[in-house]
Amino acid sequence: MGSRASTLLREEEIEEIKKETGFSHSQITRLYSRFTSLDKGENGTLSREDFQRIPELAINPLGDRIINAFFPEGEDQVNFRGFMRTLAHFRPIEDNEKSKNAAVSEPLNSRTNKLLFAFRLYDLDRDDKISRDELLQVLRMMVGVNISDEQLGSIADRTIQEADTNGDNSISFNEFIKASFVVRGNCMT
Amino acid sequence: MTWFTFPGDNLLCRCLGISITAWLTLLFVFIIVPAVLGVSFGIRRLYMRTLLKIFEWATSRMEMGAKEKNQQLHKPYSNGIIAKESPSSLQQELQELRGSASCLRSEPEFEMADIFYFCRRGVESILDDEVTKRFSAQELESWNLLTRSNYNFRHISLRLTVLWGLGVLIRYGILLPLRVTLAITGISLLVVLTTFVGFLPNREENKPKNGGICVSNHTTPIDVIILANDGCYSMVGQVHGGLMGMMQRAMVKSSPHIWFERSEVKDRHLVAKRLSDHVADKTKQPILIFPEGTCINNTSVMMFKKGSFEIACTVYPVAIKYDPRFGDAFWNSSKFGLVNYLLRMMSSWAIVCSVWYLPPMNREEGEDAMQFANRVKAAIAVQGGLVDLIWDGGLKRAKVKDAFKEEQQKLYSKVLVGEQSDTTHLEDENQEEDENPEEDENTEDESNQDSTKGQ
Repeated sequence: MGSRASTLLREEEIEEIKKETGFSHSQITRLYSRFTSLDKGENGTLSREDFQRIPELAINPLGDRIINAFFPEGEDQVNFRGFMRTLAHFRPIEDNEKSKNAAVSEPLNSRTNKLLFAFRLYDLDRDDKISRDELLQVLRMMVGVNISDEQLGSIADRTIQEADTNGDNSISFNEFIKASFVVRGNCMT
Repeated sequence: MTWFTFPGDNLLCRCLGISITAWLTLLFVFIIVPAVLGVSFGIRRLYMRTLLKIFEWATSRMEMGAKEKNQQLHKPYSNGIIAKESPSSLQQELQELRGSASCLRSEPEFEMADIFYFCRRGVESILDDEVTKRFSAQELESWNLLTRSNYNFRHISLRLTVLWGLGVLIRYGILLPLRVTLAITGISLLVVLTTFVGFLPNREENKPKNGGICVSNHTTPIDVIILANDGCYSMVGQVHGGLMGMMQRAMVKSSPHIWFERSEVKDRHLVAKRLSDHVADKTKQPILIFPEGTCINNTSVMMFKKGSFEIACTVYPVAIKYDPRFGDAFWNSSKFGLVNYLLRMMSSWAIVCSVWYLPPMNREEGEDAMQFANRVKAAIAVQGGLVDLIWDGGLKRAKVKDAFKEEQQKLYSKVLVGEQSDTTHLEDENQEEDENPEEDENTEDESNQDSTKGQ
């Protein structure tokens, strides 16, 4: 027994979220169920610990970064709106999609926004550039203790060399997009 | 004593007296005596069939109501919120991502887009993971007129509400007192048969014999009652307080049971020794163990602790599956205690379960305890129609071990630099040959208790 009924989510809120994110009514109620089941404290927001409690996420090497992406700058709690806004990036792109809300120039799940999400996983300090250090940090998270510092450093150097076109020794968002287009297949849809 | 007598009092007393007598007589004639003698009136099947028809009607009303509002009825997908593709290994997915035909090369190869893979897996697990949903009650396809399983079913029509109200009356006015009186009679005899309405055992020739161990999946303390109904067992389990503890202490007086404290590491070896001794003695009853170590919500079977499989003896697996349409039997011990749980059980429509006794299994040559445990688990899962999971039931309360994350990292490093001798100072884990990290079990620091029953 608990606050799992969607009666706690008002119709107006569902409509707003629908406009903002593009999810359907039933998807929103379903995700609300999931949100409340993760919310052990039952206060309407999720903390980082709530995410960490998911075993499959806790063993993901990039788990912490992904969790961070849900929390806005400097905050420790995310409410349902914020939760949905972040999840909206992962909604599949539909061909016949038209943005109904004129204020949003681009839907949250556009290709650019998806790539921006991934870019932000690297770019911690939000200066719109992936520096060598930031790249090294993510690499280290992904490989753990299995690769030496020197080898990892050379991997990072090589990656920046290949991707950097304007010679500033870091990867901008555009350079990131170009580098990712080498990848075939759209993984984030 | 003259103050007590009011004019209507006498009448009231007499009425009460008569109704209680009638009640108790009905109780004995229709329930207790037939149960003891093993005779059935066939009332149960009729009851169950009527209930099912009513539930279906209720669901169709709700669907109609939802269609009027142009919404889809919230239906819990049995396979999760998101459409997942068939699971493939880390190597395969990364290769697909990169579009390269060649396998691991000698030169380290890193793509910026590799993070997409981890990103996607991460968000997938946020939306729907295999573990956390096993520790809360299962969602139902159709509403069974209990508010406690009412997730998205709002007031649709007057008829439905009336029906629900009637259901409440029946459950709390008739079924609950019935079962409470039975419980009181029963508990004093240490036989609690109150919540029984349906019971369908199978394959009786595989019943556990002396000198063996009976293992089963665990959903609720009622599992014990169900199995005890069909044979005598010695139990192994966690010491409890409260009502449960009282019953445990009483049970010890009549036959040998093994209760221990889960957190006591010393206890673990003591228990293993006691188990071996008990099993070696062929005159003693078979032991009943729930190797999952905790209650799971009956949609899956989680990791079996290897302790009970290390003892060299025959294992008799039993699969227990509850029918969730009539009442949810799962005991969510973090949400409510035993008395609360029993009340909920007694005010459900019924508890219906199927019990399968599987053919006995023995440890084969060259098989270690963990592999044996997994084999038994797979057999139970297949018979009961449950999902076979490798995750530890202890994740209900504890955090996942870091070793699993390290395995993921190791796999990815292999993709980057190819097969190399690792400069690793990780513990030497018992790596099995496959690529799925979750299947590997860190056999060394097993801080969880091996064989436990109870919460």
